[in-house]
Amino acid sequence: MGALDLSFFNRELITNFLWNGFVFSVELTLVAMAGGILLGTLLALMRLSDRSWIALPAAAYVNTMRSIPLVMVILWFFLLIPFLTGRPMGAEWSAVITFTAFEAAYYSEIMRAGIQSVSRDQVHAGNALGLTYAQTMRLVILPQAFRNMLPVLLSQTIILFQDTSLVYAIGAYDLLRGFSTAGRNFNRPVEAYLLAAVVYFVISFSLSSAVKQLQARIAIAR
Amino acid sequence: MQFRWEWEVFLRDTGGGETYLDWMISAWGWTLTVSACSWVVAVLAGSVVGTLRTTPSAWLGRLANAWVELFRNVPLLVQIFIWYHVIPSLYKPLQEVPSFILVVLALGFFTSARIAEQVRAGIQSLPRGQREAGLAMGLTLAQTYRFVLLPMAFRIVIPPLTSESMNIIKNSAVAFAVSISELTMFAMQAQEETSRGIEVYLAVTGLYMATAFAVNRVMAFFEARLRVPGYVGSDH
Amino acid sequence: MIEISNVSKWYGTFQVLKDCSTRVDKGEVVVVCGPSGSGKSTLIKCVNALEPFQKGEVVVDGISVGAPGTDLPKLRSRVGMVFQHFELFPHLSIMENLTLGQIRVLHRGEEESRDKGMKLLERVGLREQAAKFPGQLSGGQQQRVAIARALAMDPLCMLFDEPTSALDPEMINEVLDVMVELAHEGMTMMCVTHEMGFARKVAKRVIFMDRGEIVEDATKDDFFGKPRSERAQQFLSKILHN
Repeated sequence: MGALDLSFFNRELITNFLWNGFVFSVELTLVAMAGGILLGTLLALMRLSDRSWIALPAAAYVNTMRSIPLVMVILWFFLLIPFLTGRPMGAEWSAVITFTAFEAAYYSEIMRAGIQSVSRDQVHAGNALGLTYAQTMRLVILPQAFRNMLPVLLSQTIILFQDTSLVYAIGAYDLLRGFSTAGRNFNRPVEAYLLAAVVYFVISFSLSSAVKQLQARIAIAR
Repeated sequence: MQFRWEWEVFLRDTGGGETYLDWMISAWGWTLTVSACSWVVAVLAGSVVGTLRTTPSAWLGRLANAWVELFRNVPLLVQIFIWYHVIPSLYKPLQEVPSFILVVLALGFFTSARIAEQVRAGIQSLPRGQREAGLAMGLTLAQTYRFVLLPMAFRIVIPPLTSESMNIIKNSAVAFAVSISELTMFAMQAQEETSRGIEVYLAVTGLYMATAFAVNRVMAFFEARLRVPGYVGSDH
Repeated sequence: MIEISNVSKWYGTFQVLKDCSTRVDKGEVVVVCGPSGSGKSTLIKCVNALEPFQKGEVVVDGISVGAPGTDLPKLRSRVGMVFQHFELFPHLSIMENLTLGQIRVLHRGEEESRDKGMKLLERVGLREQAAKFPGQLSGGQQQRVAIARALAMDPLCMLFDEPTSALDPEMINEVLDVMVELAHEGMTMMCVTHEMGFARKVAKRVIFMDRGEIVEDATKDDFFGKPRSERAQQFLSKILHN
């Protein structure tokens, strides 16, 4: 192969190959983030419970998810969902469910640290006002935990965005698959993978720079 | 729906004169080998890059920074494709290199960025006076790093290094994408050939978890061995 | 022994040292005092080039510290330094703390270094602690080890950067006693400290600094008898009342 030839990279290529993949990667990231944080917060609250029959299953779930390679989790869900529901499911939907369930484990660790970063006296102050446990959590603790952990939650989301490329394993059509398909069709795999790296880098780098700035601003505000 | 276990699947012949069990064991060996080699690359490169980020030299610091950002902001799978498809075609001599080496470099450099961050944080968490005390007794900057700063920094770095070592084993699964015959590759192919996905996946998942656990214990052993008497560890 | 001439230093646009000049002769003990942030620690760290400076010159035993060709490790090995927070190396035993510089910088043999270390530990009254680690000693003990560590290099002179200010009150004297003994033996010493009792006992001169300037540089009797500047008077009345 001679010098790089980027002439195949044009508007048509973007609309035909890349755009759909990009949209799916972003959707997958956003849905898994929202669902993952919600589920993760629930798991964190369960783990912090005094009752072991609530805490233990949550701990088992989180630790199991965190000790298995993501690719294996993707394969597991792709295999198990049709097996349990009796219906076939597309790779894209399977990916959405997998990432939500998987990321919940990681977000829950962040939220747990966040909840523990709020002083115990805040709980006492809430209770002293007559708030119930649920109210204290929802109105007093979680907002503070969430704010303390915002940069970490966002950093995890950038990792999540990069990890979505692993849906390659089940053939879902994401940003990376878009590039590799285009590379194959135009017989230009070298350029296609290079461009893929550049696009992922630009997105991840600008997002993480933004998170760094946010972190600096929070540090000043305190 | 009725499900029946069929663990005998592992005794079936793959068609190549070995059983699926044999195949799985050799795949496990590949996972361990890829992980171990990548770990060495990652710790070496990460230590150098992380140390450079704390030296007074501005341009070395920038270079090290660029390294970390580059390897941290591109997905591992894309990096593996770059090493496998792109670099050998731009630099011909690498076409002779087996893909195993390329994957080790990809996974090693990817992880080195994270380890570099931890090494930098470890060195910077030491009191500034430690560096001054080393220099004040006449040690050169290099000697100060070797005898004063790095021995403490590495002890501080062991806990995060433990989780990074476990991550390497998990991340080695991505090598399936360039046909390294490791555990995940085995899982995908054996599932397809035997249609006994649940048994195959369970066995593979169990091996991954057992390996991660073993690594955790080994690192805990080193942590205990290297503990400094009277010194309260950073924050764990 | 130590000559500081017209030294100025900036952090960005902020000037921390303003045209400082003084000298410490062989066998002299000079105490540097002043309010916090006055630049006294920075000044003393300029003597062994731990802090670089932009203008002026520091000459130690005939060697210019700031000159480009100066062998800094060699120069520093002849200037002992004791830090505010001791800065013993926590991963090394007490004995290893004492031998590290002897072996790596002075290239002494292991045996010789240990003998020397043991003698110095004996001298600061910590012979039994040789095998322990810094984290297992009290602050006063650690600081005495730090003095022994500096002495192990056979320094021409010693710099002390607030050696007692991080110590609990009951441990201050055990460290000061070692320093007084050292002064009586004729060691050249430059000490940043607020211990005026120590200054009265052994100092030949006292330097008072404020806002990066050397405001007063007087003999001990002049300084305590009739300080000329108002700032020094105020400072003295404050710390002597405590």
